[in-house]
Amino acid sequence: MPAQFALRVAILSGFALVMFSIIFFRLWYLQVLSGEKYLKQARNNQVREITVQAPRGEILDRSGHILVNNRTALALQLQPTDLPHSKKKRQQEFARLGQVVGMPPDEIHKQLRQQTRELPASPVTLKRDVNHDLVYYLQENQAQYPGVSVQNVYVRHYPDGTLGAQILGYAREVTGPQLKEPRYQGVQPGDQVGQAGVENTYDHVLRGVNGMSRVQVDAAGQPTGGVLSQTQPKAGDNLVLSIDNRVQSAGEAALHAFSTPGAFVAMNVRDGEILGLGSSPTYDPSVFTKPRLSQSVVDQVFSNTTGSPYTDRATQGLYPTGSTFKPITAVAALESGVLTPTTTIVDGGSFTEGGITLHNAGGGTYGSLQLPQALQVSSDVFFYNVGANLYFHGGDAQQKWASDLGIGHPTGIDLPGEVAGLLPTPQWRNQLYKDATSPDSPGGTSVVTGDPTDRPWSEGDNVNLAVGQGDLQTNPLQMAVAYAAIANGGDVVRPHVGMAVEDTSGRAVQEIAPAPQRHLEISPQGRQAILQGIHMAAQSPGGTSYAVFGNFPIPMAGKTGTAQRVGQQDQSWYVALAPYPNPQIVIADTIEQGGFGVESAAPVARQILAAYFNVHKQEAKAAGGKVPKQGSIQAGPAAPSGAAGNPY
Amino acid sequence: MVSDVYPRPFDERRSAAAERGGILGLDPLLLIAALGLIGFGIFSLGEVTGGDIPHNPYFYVIRQAIYAVIGVALMLALARVDYSRFRELRVGLYTAMIGSIILVLLLGQATRGSKRWIELPFFTFQPSELGKVLLVTALAGFAIDRGRRVTERQHTARILLMGFVPAVIVFMQPDLGTAVTYVVITLAILFVAGARWTHFALLGVLLTAAVSAVLVIAPAIGHPVLKGYQQQRLTSFLNPSSDPRDATYQIDQSLIAIGSGAKTGRGADSTQTENGFVPDRTTDFIFSVVGERFGFVGAAFVLSLYALLIWRALRIMTLSKNLYGSLIAGAIAAMFMCQVFVNVGVAIGIMPVTGIPLPLMSFGGSSVVVTLMAIGLLQSIYVQARLTSKSRADLLR
Repeated sequence: MPAQFALRVAILSGFALVMFSIIFFRLWYLQVLSGEKYLKQARNNQVREITVQAPRGEILDRSGHILVNNRTALALQLQPTDLPHSKKKRQQEFARLGQVVGMPPDEIHKQLRQQTRELPASPVTLKRDVNHDLVYYLQENQAQYPGVSVQNVYVRHYPDGTLGAQILGYAREVTGPQLKEPRYQGVQPGDQVGQAGVENTYDHVLRGVNGMSRVQVDAAGQPTGGVLSQTQPKAGDNLVLSIDNRVQSAGEAALHAFSTPGAFVAMNVRDGEILGLGSSPTYDPSVFTKPRLSQSVVDQVFSNTTGSPYTDRATQGLYPTGSTFKPITAVAALESGVLTPTTTIVDGGSFTEGGITLHNAGGGTYGSLQLPQALQVSSDVFFYNVGANLYFHGGDAQQKWASDLGIGHPTGIDLPGEVAGLLPTPQWRNQLYKDATSPDSPGGTSVVTGDPTDRPWSEGDNVNLAVGQGDLQTNPLQMAVAYAAIANGGDVVRPHVGMAVEDTSGRAVQEIAPAPQRHLEISPQGRQAILQGIHMAAQSPGGTSYAVFGNFPIPMAGKTGTAQRVGQQDQSWYVALAPYPNPQIVIADTIEQGGFGVESAAPVARQILAAYFNVHKQEAKAAGGKVPKQGSIQAGPAAPSGAAGNPY
Repeated sequence: MVSDVYPRPFDERRSAAAERGGILGLDPLLLIAALGLIGFGIFSLGEVTGGDIPHNPYFYVIRQAIYAVIGVALMLALARVDYSRFRELRVGLYTAMIGSIILVLLLGQATRGSKRWIELPFFTFQPSELGKVLLVTALAGFAIDRGRRVTERQHTARILLMGFVPAVIVFMQPDLGTAVTYVVITLAILFVAGARWTHFALLGVLLTAAVSAVLVIAPAIGHPVLKGYQQQRLTSFLNPSSDPRDATYQIDQSLIAIGSGAKTGRGADSTQTENGFVPDRTTDFIFSVVGERFGFVGAAFVLSLYALLIWRALRIMTLSKNLYGSLIAGAIAAMFMCQVFVNVGVAIGIMPVTGIPLPLMSFGGSSVVVTLMAIGLLQSIYVQARLTSKSRADLLR
């Protein structure tokens, strides 16, 4: 063998030796030294933790009628992490899947993209309520569809459709910012939490605890059989609302008879239990159970052009109240001493202040009036004088009493999004004026109301507030609370829709009965005079809503209101207390652009009361027939008899 | 059948020496290594693929066994002919090789984006595999064609060109693994034939330049040479943590499989290869199966069989009665070394992912049959060496 050849053979052999040494030592390192570590990884590789969704608790009305429960649905889902990594294979799979489920592959792509962006932690739901044939087909051909599965999912179900939509709210996947809040501790990305209504307020009650299954899977993510460990999901507790299904239905039906927005509140005057609360227009909360909201749904539910059905006007409305504010003014005047139940004020048909003359709405003249009669006919002139007296009395007794009764700040109801409203005070207007006249001011317009702020607080502000006009902005819930305090002798209740929490077997876990916010000392004589006045307004001839309630079989009290709003037709208000003289229930409702109080808001209140007292249909119908048409109302004050009071 | 492509006929003289020596006068250690690897490979395939095809647990085993029987028959046949005759047929062999791999490019059926197979009635045939032995026998013949001038630069260039042309063609199929094998065969023949060291140095510089051109310059000027997945495999190997989900997935899973096998293996609990975490576990990643199921012990056993195989190839290279036999043996030894090192290297994460079959163990008829044919050539060289008294003296030493 020549030396050159031997050298080259030696080099080749040396190369082989080095090669085997490298492999040998690498294997030693991998298998002998790191074997445990890799074994652990291999075991993790084949285990997947599968979350087992816990159903949310049911929501019931006070008598156990189901308002929200769950149904199970078969949902076709994509688990993005289990889809093929290669774009081409993924497209092929989508093409096959599209043919089977009748969806264009582009649509599958779109859904995948959009849903993973919106709900990054969840499987992508392509279709809800698929049929069983598809389930069997996919099971048999699972190998061709990695990452595709059909799951049983719980879907919120609303047996009564839109009923109570603004109270119930809806649940959806928890958002990123929510996950950081302490109240959502323990919630995992992908879990459903309440986003509105009592679903939100009582989320901690309704939300269950998800179960967990640790199962063996193969590389395609398909279970290979073994369940390693399992914790059962725990369903959420049921929430019993104080809502009375009949009252709620009657209220919503009455509101929906009008084409313009409106809202109502029906509340127990003693403990603040809400018996019914509604807002019109409304929406179907089941639209929020869809995995992805289409733009048209968003527009429909949230847009101003559709009347913003999502807004709960009963707790979020901002309205002047018109004459329904007069009993509140009366309390302030009585308690601050500028008025007694027997004080007589002559209504000459007009009131002049600072060179401006105000007339009774409708132009009536009522002569000598004491408080009850003034409320019965709703004399504006009487209350203009009371407002002026309160102004000259000094201080802000009018605002103090209105505020104590619950106007101008949240009532603390267990519904999210409640607004404060605005109770105009001298300090507030004077500050605005100061800001507006300061050299740094950008202009002379209040950002709060849009009203000109080129003047400080004046007598006219008190006069306007006395009849629920001017800068006042409140809503039916605040009015209900104020009237309830007058009716129950001074307890300013904390309204609530939640009444009790029950576990899944129906056993009571917790009673919800919040204490009143505060107690006000209101003199019994004054209180009686006010109740008597609004009782006469509803049920004595000449009362403003006698046309609606004159023949109502249950003695009750009620006050109309007709609020003037810039650029709109008058807004109709009514607040009712029944039965008289010891009221149990207060109804406050309003119809935007509904005209006179007696014209639209009062009939709504009557229908709700009829439902509450279970008044026979015939009687309700008979009363309904007496509701004057618009024409007759306008004719009313001008009628020579003068029997009808001021309808406003 | 493979034999159709193979040039025939040869007179199959029975030699006296063959009848005298042990098993047909063959190298017993080489035979043990080959049969051991084939047997262990079939055993491993059977263990891991039992549930792959419903109602047919022996699908892979039966097929691989048939390929092995065909391969062993061809090996025995080749062992009995004098390999030196192939030297005369070098032009025909070379033409057959180039023709068949070009045929694949033209007619071949597109499979997974690469064309490597020709459909035959009973099995799909991969000419580039057969091309390995054809290239070895033809190129070795050309190399000693002008044996006295083998140290000349012109001659080196000519051999290089003859080896690199088929390498480029299979690279275009695209089959990077086989192209690399062709290049290794070519270099091994030049090396054993005694090409000058300066030629290798120059070649090294040229190769470095070519690689950097392909990897860096070509993509930079917008004419990438490598396919997307090839580029990705190479770069993911260089940056293992760049994307744990996609590009390095195969390597990660293979490492977990082999590592979890630990000292003695996981046996029937081999979830990594059983449940499909390791891709291509019957072919490119068969070593992961061995590593996971049989642990370090099993992997070391397989490696020792390869060591035996390669040692015998190198030994036969030195025993050969002529330079042609030495060139063939050296090229085959280098080919085995390349395939084992790259395939196992990929599985244990020290080489970029390249589709090279593990000789005698990866599932696939072309590879098994051709590898056994190469071993048949080695046996032929051994038998012929024994037939000369000089070689016999070497053996008795």
